[in-house]
Amino acid sequence: MSAVVAEHDDHHDHGPEKGLLRWIITTNHKDIGTLYLVFSLAMFFLGGAMALVIRAELFEPGLQFVEPQFFNSMTTMHALIMVFGAVMPAFVGLANWMIPLMIGAPDMALPRMNNMSFWLLVAGALLLASTLFMEGGAPASGWTLYPPLVLQTGAALPFAIFSVHLLGISSIMGAINIIATIFNMRAPGMTLMKMPLFVWTWLITAFLLIAVMPVFAGAVTMLLTDRFFDTSFFNAAGGGDPVLYQHIFWFFGHPEVYVMILPTFGVASTIIPVFARKPLFGYSSMVYATASIAFLSFIVWAHHMFTVGMPIAGELYFMYATMLIAIPTGVKVFNWTATMWKGSMTFETPMLFSIAFVVLFTLGGFTGLMMSVAPSDFQYHDTYFIVAHFHYTLVPASVFILMAAAYFWLPKWTGNMYDEKLGQLHFWLSAISVNVLFFPQHFLGLAGMPRRIPDYAVQFADWNMVSSIGAFVFGFSQLLFLYIVIKTIRGGTGEKVTDEVWEDASKHSLEWTLPSPLPYHTFTTPPKEIPTEHF
Amino acid sequence: MSTNAYYIPHKATWPIIGTVGLMITLAGFANVLNGSSIGPAMMIMGLVVFIIMLAGWFTLQAVESESGMYSTQVGISYRMGMMWFIFSEVMFFAVFFGTLWYTRNLSVPWLGGFGDGPGRSTHETLWPAFEAMWPTNGPGEIGGEFEPMGTWGLPFLNTLILLTSGVTCTWAHHGLLAKNRDQLIKGLIATVTLGFLFVGLQAMEYHEAYTEMGLTLGSGIYGSTFFMLTGFHGLHVCVGAIILSVVLFRSWKGHFKPENHFAFEAAAWYWHFVDVVWLGLFVFVYMM
Repeated sequence: MSAVVAEHDDHHDHGPEKGLLRWIITTNHKDIGTLYLVFSLAMFFLGGAMALVIRAELFEPGLQFVEPQFFNSMTTMHALIMVFGAVMPAFVGLANWMIPLMIGAPDMALPRMNNMSFWLLVAGALLLASTLFMEGGAPASGWTLYPPLVLQTGAALPFAIFSVHLLGISSIMGAINIIATIFNMRAPGMTLMKMPLFVWTWLITAFLLIAVMPVFAGAVTMLLTDRFFDTSFFNAAGGGDPVLYQHIFWFFGHPEVYVMILPTFGVASTIIPVFARKPLFGYSSMVYATASIAFLSFIVWAHHMFTVGMPIAGELYFMYATMLIAIPTGVKVFNWTATMWKGSMTFETPMLFSIAFVVLFTLGGFTGLMMSVAPSDFQYHDTYFIVAHFHYTLVPASVFILMAAAYFWLPKWTGNMYDEKLGQLHFWLSAISVNVLFFPQHFLGLAGMPRRIPDYAVQFADWNMVSSIGAFVFGFSQLLFLYIVIKTIRGGTGEKVTDEVWEDASKHSLEWTLPSPLPYHTFTTPPKEIPTEHF
Repeated sequence: MSTNAYYIPHKATWPIIGTVGLMITLAGFANVLNGSSIGPAMMIMGLVVFIIMLAGWFTLQAVESESGMYSTQVGISYRMGMMWFIFSEVMFFAVFFGTLWYTRNLSVPWLGGFGDGPGRSTHETLWPAFEAMWPTNGPGEIGGEFEPMGTWGLPFLNTLILLTSGVTCTWAHHGLLAKNRDQLIKGLIATVTLGFLFVGLQAMEYHEAYTEMGLTLGSGIYGSTFFMLTGFHGLHVCVGAIILSVVLFRSWKGHFKPENHFAFEAAAWYWHFVDVVWLGLFVFVYMM
């Protein structure tokens, strides 16, 4: 591959466009990364507000604040917004910012398409949010949109479905761009097995996205035709089967949840070695474990459907296949722990969030293992136990790691240091309240409290109250995060950071060899040396 | 290929225009489905914007390509992009092929009382008289009496047409590589003509199904899978033929060189992809 040079003869002036237009027509990976991150933070607060509506209603038994229909809209929209609006775009934002920097490329491979994938995301989110104001309310079927229930949605249904199409196109474009960038734009000497693990996890995630987003698009298209064009895909009277929708949805859905967790693993594997001051333990096994998890994600989908009435052979197969996932995941947890073993660790905010991630994600993983056991899953299915499980793998895992990433890279992006004391306060508030919020839900679920119901039997009252208190503390603690981020962007502590920011970080990854704050264009000529710390 | 640099465009206006167009189109379509009167106007407006975007963006790309702004490395990004896009399309069609497989082999037999699956109790309690068979419009006989689509008439002719168009497309490619512009243009004209001929015959088939055979999108699971699979395929043939028409126009204008003709390659890959999907359709929808 020939040398990579960004400039073209026509474009010697490389400053960003002035004013608001800059953000609309930009093709710069850093601008687009920022757009994604800001958008996802806004969606995080919107989805969070919906979660607080849910927790307020569940604070005590009985119906206090909202109608049951609206409550169900809230659970549905909270999930859709958090998955497609907050967590996924946040990781795409990090990918945009960091992948070109980490592999020594001048930009993403397909910059114009990069712009379009961001704006399609906004368009999809707008269509989705608009359903809140429609006749019949927003979709209230749960984010899985199971028929026949979802077909009873009012005017919102086609809007929600087209929103899924737009979000899908956006994700596929983003994923294609990431794959082309990683395969085609690496600096000379940056072999695949020298790439930082964040790049590896995104490469695999992008593959998952391209493979499953069209599947989801197909599924919702069939919902659309069943409702409006008389087809019988999910109608038994016509020879179809509503369970078929569940199979297709979860063929998408299971890889989809790994889309949210694999980049999380990548960021954790990037942060932990820096603060342990050691190379990542077991680099290549991390790569293979990630690939194994991705492969397994395609062949375990029906563990979401144990109670639907599958043939017994199917139950057994999906049970054992699901249990296999614990092996590569265990490899990862072992490697993170081994990376910290005998390291000279310091505990700045990004490291605190990362350690909390390792512990709490493992907890969420274990409850997953419990539910993989088909016979006992009949007890847990559709209870608060599953709610606790996936929130442990998403909030103190994906969201915590996103927080960690913000604290870790914001000094690099802006050239300003965040307030360490406030950061630690944010961490402890979040880490304690998130457990107050979600841990009691395990007890509620085991005792039989169903999910997606606005009211409950009185014996569940105490733990629901505890959980709601945790929710409000956690929710409002995130305003502190917003404050810290804004303060850092506008000058931070006033202390200017070094190029490396963190001690010896440049041994780990290329972005720390560049100036802080990062110039608008970087690696217009490829880097000479490739860090090899992870060996 | 006059430059070695990786071309990074700095201001892109087409993406936001395309996004707005697509969003208005879909919002309009949703309004149409909800029976709202502003729907059709919105949809048409959005489509116009979207088509203007396609024309503008592709023109820009063609101009840039012809002026030698794309290095070999940029070309590799484009090829990878197209490859992975086609992979996503494969997965999209896989959903509908999977649906056909599942209903034929699992849900319809279960409804007919076979196996120990969930449908068996449905059979016993709701439709004990239903016998599993294919084609079927289900135990509720949704859509009423229909006649299934035959294999060896139009569908077989269409198979021959698409296979031939694959050959003419490759023949055109050979012409391009051998700097034989005449062969390139003739090959493309043949390919595009065969493509539109296919679409025309498909339209005739649909017309016959709706007017004479009682076979509609609403004819239970057989009608649903038949029209969904062949319909999405037909749509892809249309898109492919339009792409090839643009490539033909550009060839006629003197674009493309033996060492630099990404647009031709991408169009040809796409064409072969719709060809392969059709073979799958012919076997699983029409023959079996």
